[in-house]
Amino acid sequence: MSAQSLVEQLKGGLDAPICLTWELTYACNLQCVHCLSSSGRRDPRELTTVEAKRVLDELRELQVFYINIGGGEPMVRRDFFELVDYAINPPTGDGIGVKFSTNGTYIDTNAARRLAAMDYLDIQISLDGIDAVTNDAVRGTGSFDMARRAMDNLAAAKFGPFKISVVVTRHNVDQLDHFKCLADSYGAQLRVTRLRPSGRGADTWHDLHPTNLQQRQIYEWLVAKGDSVLTGDSFFHLNALGTPLPGLNMCGAGRVVCLIDPIGDVYACPFVIHEQFKAGSVRDRGGFGRVWKHSDLFLELRQPQSAGACASCGSYDACQGGCMAAKFFTGLPLDGPDPECVNGEADAALGAVHVELTPRSSLDHSRAARSPALSGR
Amino acid sequence: MRRVLNLSLLDTPLQLDPQVALRPEPFGALAYHYGTRRLVFMKDRDVVAVARALDSHSSLSAALQACGVAESRWPSFAKAFASLNESEIVRERPITG
Repeated sequence: MSAQSLVEQLKGGLDAPICLTWELTYACNLQCVHCLSSSGRRDPRELTTVEAKRVLDELRELQVFYINIGGGEPMVRRDFFELVDYAINPPTGDGIGVKFSTNGTYIDTNAARRLAAMDYLDIQISLDGIDAVTNDAVRGTGSFDMARRAMDNLAAAKFGPFKISVVVTRHNVDQLDHFKCLADSYGAQLRVTRLRPSGRGADTWHDLHPTNLQQRQIYEWLVAKGDSVLTGDSFFHLNALGTPLPGLNMCGAGRVVCLIDPIGDVYACPFVIHEQFKAGSVRDRGGFGRVWKHSDLFLELRQPQSAGACASCGSYDACQGGCMAAKFFTGLPLDGPDPECVNGEADAALGAVHVELTPRSSLDHSRAARSPALSGR
Repeated sequence: MRRVLNLSLLDTPLQLDPQVALRPEPFGALAYHYGTRRLVFMKDRDVVAVARALDSHSSLSAALQACGVAESRWPSFAKAFASLNESEIVRERPITG
């Protein structure tokens, strides 16, 4: 079977997701300006420990090999270690590998030792600037030092190769080489992903997303680094610039990817927390499996998608029209070009969208004390 | 040394790595190695069937025979299993008592 037909098969959906993100809580001690889930305050409806374990049991039965745990800040949950341990070392059967994303605040020397003692666990520490000035402008005062301290603690505890996860913005594009050096200095792996206009990111995307010139810079850097840098396949819209980047080159939403949010709602991907992309809830009868296999939304996403306005563009096979979430939250049609279309096909449409009319998620867990610069739009 | 040369692979007793889980999929199966955390797409149902049969046969060729794979296809299976061996999804079975 050729790589192309594998992609076609994957577009038709799998029996269970390959890459499932589970956000354990909307609570977060930080208030990053691009937070894709607008996290801050805990939601009173969040899954209980018992419910969460039931979800893990079901994922195990579906043979989901590993999950990405995020938030919010997942380590805020008091049962964080209990749940991770239950995933990895279940009372019966195979464990589920866990990769969790954290801002690092709660990885003190004790937590680092505890984490280092666990198998099948990956840790991803978020860092959006190579220095405190760049990072803290996005992630908040003190967040750079906290992330670095967590990395130091993990290294001291001999955790092994953790991951440093960078959201590429207009302000850190020039630091990519430095991030790589930092990761190498820890024996860590660098992961860079695309900024999406999701959650609070909708408010800041216009100021933070890389310029067209910088997109080429990212593309060339990724081509040069090849497989040594992880990307979560998130830059496939850049493939229109030339040789395809490593990865599956497709939108995995509802096909190989999905999100379980802290209250158990299932969305097509982590970047589309919005009613329109909600497939159901793990609390529904039939649980997660039924949502994954039978929800109208997911079945629709697994149908062949129309190239729409991109049909006549020679780059469509390369870029697949880009990211559904990026289009949706910038107010663009889903069957048209990505807002960051490298051929500039979206520029006119983007200019014509009234920002006030772009879709907004009904969920916002941001804490009240938001900086004035971010509250108005 | 767990990895085996392609040439002799047909005569080698193989097994799925104990840290590997297989999940059936419409196109074949997904293989996940919990140790290396690598995910491998097994894109041929016959390859999956043979992989599952490895443990109960004395060699790859014995497993191929048991699964009813025509001998003319064995070279391509040897190649597929060499690649699975390379990515540590299958390995040489340790000789036991």
